[in-house]
Amino acid sequence: MLRRNIPSVTAVAALLIIWQTVSATGLIPSFMLPSPKEVIIAFVSEFPSLLENSVITLQEAFIGLFLGVSVGFCVAVLMDTFEVLYKAFYPLLVITQTIPSVAIAPLLVLWFGYEMLPKIVLIVISTFFPVTVGLLDGFRSADKDTIGLLRSMGANRTQIFRYIKFPSALPQLFSGLKIAAAYSVVGAVISEWLGGFGGLGVYMTRVKKAFAFDKMFAVIFLISAISLALMALVGFAEKKCMPYRNISEKEKNK
Amino acid sequence: MNKLEVKNVGKSFDGKPVLRNVSVELNRGELVCLLGVSGGGKTTLFNIISGLLTPDEGQVLLDGRDITNQPGNVSYMLQKDLLLPYRTIEDNAALPLLLKGVKKKQARLQVSPMFSQFGLDGTQKKYPSQLSGGMRQRAALLRTYMFSKDVALLDEPFSALDTITKSSMHKWYLDVMEKIQLSTLFITHDIDEAILISDRLYLLSGSPGEITGEIVIKEPKPRREDFNLTAEFMEYKRKILSLL
Repeated sequence: MLRRNIPSVTAVAALLIIWQTVSATGLIPSFMLPSPKEVIIAFVSEFPSLLENSVITLQEAFIGLFLGVSVGFCVAVLMDTFEVLYKAFYPLLVITQTIPSVAIAPLLVLWFGYEMLPKIVLIVISTFFPVTVGLLDGFRSADKDTIGLLRSMGANRTQIFRYIKFPSALPQLFSGLKIAAAYSVVGAVISEWLGGFGGLGVYMTRVKKAFAFDKMFAVIFLISAISLALMALVGFAEKKCMPYRNISEKEKNK
Repeated sequence: MNKLEVKNVGKSFDGKPVLRNVSVELNRGELVCLLGVSGGGKTTLFNIISGLLTPDEGQVLLDGRDITNQPGNVSYMLQKDLLLPYRTIEDNAALPLLLKGVKKKQARLQVSPMFSQFGLDGTQKKYPSQLSGGMRQRAALLRTYMFSKDVALLDEPFSALDTITKSSMHKWYLDVMEKIQLSTLFITHDIDEAILISDRLYLLSGSPGEITGEIVIKEPKPRREDFNLTAEFMEYKRKILSLL
């Protein structure tokens, strides 16, 4: 595990060292690029404020993600059950994903105000898609012969869904969830940036206007860390939900 | 009395006849082979018996009751084991019970005494990917058995296994069948396999598929170790080849 991570850890460390030297020697002035040390200091001194704003952002992200995944699940099940819905709405779904979220966020502010609602709507829009697409592909990957076998045993639609289709779609669902988790944080920050009273996005607009780039970098790293943590959480749930996968991987590695 | 009876079944796909006037009988505790070339309509017949396909004509009777076009009466086992990779062997075997509405705990309890009979001891908590091909087929048969205790339809169940495993599976199967009083309809394209394990065999050939012969294997069970090397065995084989 550790040995596998050596190259990536080394690369990150090297990058940080170069960055620190470049800033410390004055090659790039610190108002343009603050040194890692300054970023850390800013992070520590701003910690209470960062924490307060992260709570708001995380709240939006979690509610949005939860709703987005729920909507994604329902849409996927409906589209899988009724072929007509699949044909009718799948192209539309794809189109919704080509609209940049920065473009709709101001509209959402116009429609739903500066509170939490427009943020959540944006997150739902950007997170349900990877979940729906993942699930739909997963449902379709379910083995036809196994479905036939269960039908011969008298299984009804719900049972076929529960015992075959849903478990077959788990790997794709989790891939979709990882993307959705990352989107949810980014979506929250973007919509806060474009109009709101609190959260990391609002904090970013404030420090940007103050040209406090050390704080800006601190918040960027915080957002990355939060996204990574969420993705790790999904990865953990994935391992828990699919113990059989770990086994086959372990045996392959032997 | 006949356990399972297929009466004058015919089936066409897009106007192309696949089966014509096929009648097959299976008595209690008997192993009957359906021998024919691949693509000769054997699997279509199986799907009709298991209720997944509607025959154009004829009917399927189980214990004298009409089960034509009714899934949920007899189950089958294929060359692919079709075990669910995300369930343990125990839960795979218990699946038919769960489908019938038995609670999970209760279902596991009913399955567990069967593991030793099927030579599957110690595999309860394992996943299918951890088992060999032969063991997976045993687990698949156990699942079939948990669905219908007295009739099993097997569609080339051992044809993906290597010769050595295959012959040990034949011994195992005959042994298990005797213990649990199973009646079996067994599809195969392997003539040796058919003679070796069946009490009776039907030859299905031609296009559309028709029953072209019925042969009773008189050799008593359990069969001699070297039955497949005897003159009688060769005689059966010659007869089959002339009828196919």
